[in-house]
Amino acid sequence: MEQNDNNIDQYRRRFLERSTAVLAGGVLAPGVFLHAIAQARPVDEAVSGKVRWGMLIDSNKCKTGCDKCVKACETENGLNRTGNPLTDAQWIRKVSLKDKQTGRTASLPLLCQHCAEPPCVDVCPTGASFKRADGIVLVDKHICIGCRYCMMACPYKARSFVHEDVTDQKSYAPRGKGTVESCTFCVHRVDKGESPACVSACEEKAMVFGDMNDPQSELSQLLREVQSTEIRGDLALNLGVRYQGI
Amino acid sequence: MAGAHFILRALLLAAATVAAAQAAAPLPDIPKGRGEKCVEDTALMRTNHMEFILHQRDETMHKGIRTSKHSLKECIDCHAVKGDDGLPVSVESPRHFCSVCHRYAAVSVDCFQCHNSKPESK
Amino acid sequence: MKYPVCREIRGNSPAYITLLLILGALIAAGLGAALYMEHEGHHVTGMTNQIVWGTPHVFAVFLIVAASGALNVASISSVFGKVVYKPLAPLSGLLAVALLVGGLVVLVLDLGHPDRLIVAMTHYNFKSIFAWNIFLYNGFIAVVAVYLWLLMERKMNAYSKMAGMVAFVWRLILTTGTGSIFGFLVARQFYDEAIMAPLFIVMSFSFGLAMFILVLFVAFWGSERPLGEVIVDRMRRLLSLFVLSVLFFVAIFHLTNLYATEHHGIEAFILRDGGIYTQMFWFGYVIIGSLLPLALLNLPGGARAELVAVSAGLVVVGGLAMMYVIIIGGQAFPLVIFPGYEVSSTFADGVVNAYKPSLPEFLLGLGGVAFALAIVAFAVKILRFLPLSLADQDVDPHFKANPAAAAAATRA
Repeated sequence: MEQNDNNIDQYRRRFLERSTAVLAGGVLAPGVFLHAIAQARPVDEAVSGKVRWGMLIDSNKCKTGCDKCVKACETENGLNRTGNPLTDAQWIRKVSLKDKQTGRTASLPLLCQHCAEPPCVDVCPTGASFKRADGIVLVDKHICIGCRYCMMACPYKARSFVHEDVTDQKSYAPRGKGTVESCTFCVHRVDKGESPACVSACEEKAMVFGDMNDPQSELSQLLREVQSTEIRGDLALNLGVRYQGI
Repeated sequence: MAGAHFILRALLLAAATVAAAQAAAPLPDIPKGRGEKCVEDTALMRTNHMEFILHQRDETMHKGIRTSKHSLKECIDCHAVKGDDGLPVSVESPRHFCSVCHRYAAVSVDCFQCHNSKPESK
Repeated sequence: MKYPVCREIRGNSPAYITLLLILGALIAAGLGAALYMEHEGHHVTGMTNQIVWGTPHVFAVFLIVAASGALNVASISSVFGKVVYKPLAPLSGLLAVALLVGGLVVLVLDLGHPDRLIVAMTHYNFKSIFAWNIFLYNGFIAVVAVYLWLLMERKMNAYSKMAGMVAFVWRLILTTGTGSIFGFLVARQFYDEAIMAPLFIVMSFSFGLAMFILVLFVAFWGSERPLGEVIVDRMRRLLSLFVLSVLFFVAIFHLTNLYATEHHGIEAFILRDGGIYTQMFWFGYVIIGSLLPLALLNLPGGARAELVAVSAGLVVVGGLAMMYVIIIGGQAFPLVIFPGYEVSSTFADGVVNAYKPSLPEFLLGLGGVAFALAIVAFAVKILRFLPLSLADQDVDPHFKANPAAAAAATRA
């Protein structure tokens, strides 16, 4: 196996080296120059902790009754509705809020908050629930035994259990009966340098996605400027998703 | 000693029966994939494809490495078998590339509870 | 002291065969239910994305909690040196293992992927209390098995005290682990409490002893072996004490919650407005499962085996009700994600989560109980778990020195 590990996609690596070398204007060892192009990480390079993907959601811009982000998520990830809302998966949902004291209302999309200290990862007995180096919290369905303890532990009810057989899945979003799943930040898109489907679908531009660790990213600049909060910030989980206007 | 002889004979007889049964069962007719050759030698692939896929699975899942050489998606794309309706068949069909051998060897495949066994319909 | 004489039961009476047949039918029904749930997916159960743990978990957690408690009788004998309990120690250990196995089977068969049990045994996340519990459960079975062997093999009997000590400490850690499955859920308003661990420990004392009493008495009546008043009275006093202890911990649990305004919502739900959960708490757990058995156990006129058995049955019913309130009631109350806001969504935010137990879930849970009892019924027939006699003069070496007990024995 060792040998195979080493020559994985050699031709691709060579191609990348050559083409990036042209861009970089010189031949550099792989791994040194690749970070320069932050978004377009090469397909054969592992994710690193230098990046932390995150999101800022402005509930002031989010329209009540609009669920374009929810629909986009369902289409992108192939979350077919079976007609039973209690058992259907919902990776992102629209929540309406009304302040009990003041009567002020707000509307916002709630998705996996991609905590830096995720309770779902802590409680998972097999390690199926895990956090990628770049902060994206995922379920490795290959080793998920379907115990649902992560669903008990999540403060945001962000996780769903697949209650029925699934067929015709998207090749980039495998999902099947008996495992737990949740928002992946559209990891397959992020790995290509694109934004999650919900962010792209939001016409109000209420959702901004980016690298929280890159001070130059649009997200980081916004986060420095505007006042934003974490949902259940009292739990001190250091969330990847922050909100404005609540 | 007579007992040992008897056991030995019985074992030989059993082995011969198994061999005969194997010879009798028709070898699976493996559908040809797209393109000239596979990403690895056919012999290597036959014995080790699960290792390649398993390795790639963890690389992609945990490290975000999305090379295509050993990715299940590429296997499915190249080795799609069309059914009578001209559309790719799913793993439920005995003609599916994976099914052909796995049914012959009576080894269950756990991939397709979650992964699509057909190339994505565009 | 003389060794207690334990013997296999004959196990050929029509009643015994009938018992095995009934248990077998229940086990078959439970397995059928599990197959159905696995084949169809969990949408055929009452469980949803809101109530993620349902009736199987009520049974499973009850059995696991009762399992560690069932070992108490053996611990009292080996660890605390009470000679009277010595003849009961083998049955106590056997029941503990059987109940644990029954509970685990239910838990495993409810998984989304029971076929991946091997994954649970080979991939561990040591920050997960659940992963620790897998070790604690397997270890418990191993420790108690060794302990049983030392108890029952006369040559090794001298070491049984040490093994009993290990088993006792192990079971305390085990129940702490079980309680902490809930206690460590930081975001859940009804669970995030350190008291969950000690509460589960006292519950295990009570529910485990109740199960032990039922099994012991039924086995003795069924095999027509003498059951003296000394043992019955010990069981009566012990159960009474344990039921009171649970009540105390439950009271502290709710009083602490009631003091904090933050928890008024969940407390009002469980104690006043929760419909089925409120009824289960007050009628199921408090009245039927605690006050009524306490009254029966403390009726003037001393210990009567029938009353003790009925009380134990009520404690079991109350225990299941309590588990239902904790596990399902705790999830039914809407999770507080936005404190201070009224919330609504398509994902049941801000509303009480509906849950209707389904037949397959119930059959799976009951199948687990039947499996545990079947293990016991079978084991007492093939191995020497049951004492020949629990008559007063056989269990208490100083029996005649006590005129009051002597008088009681004559009455019996």
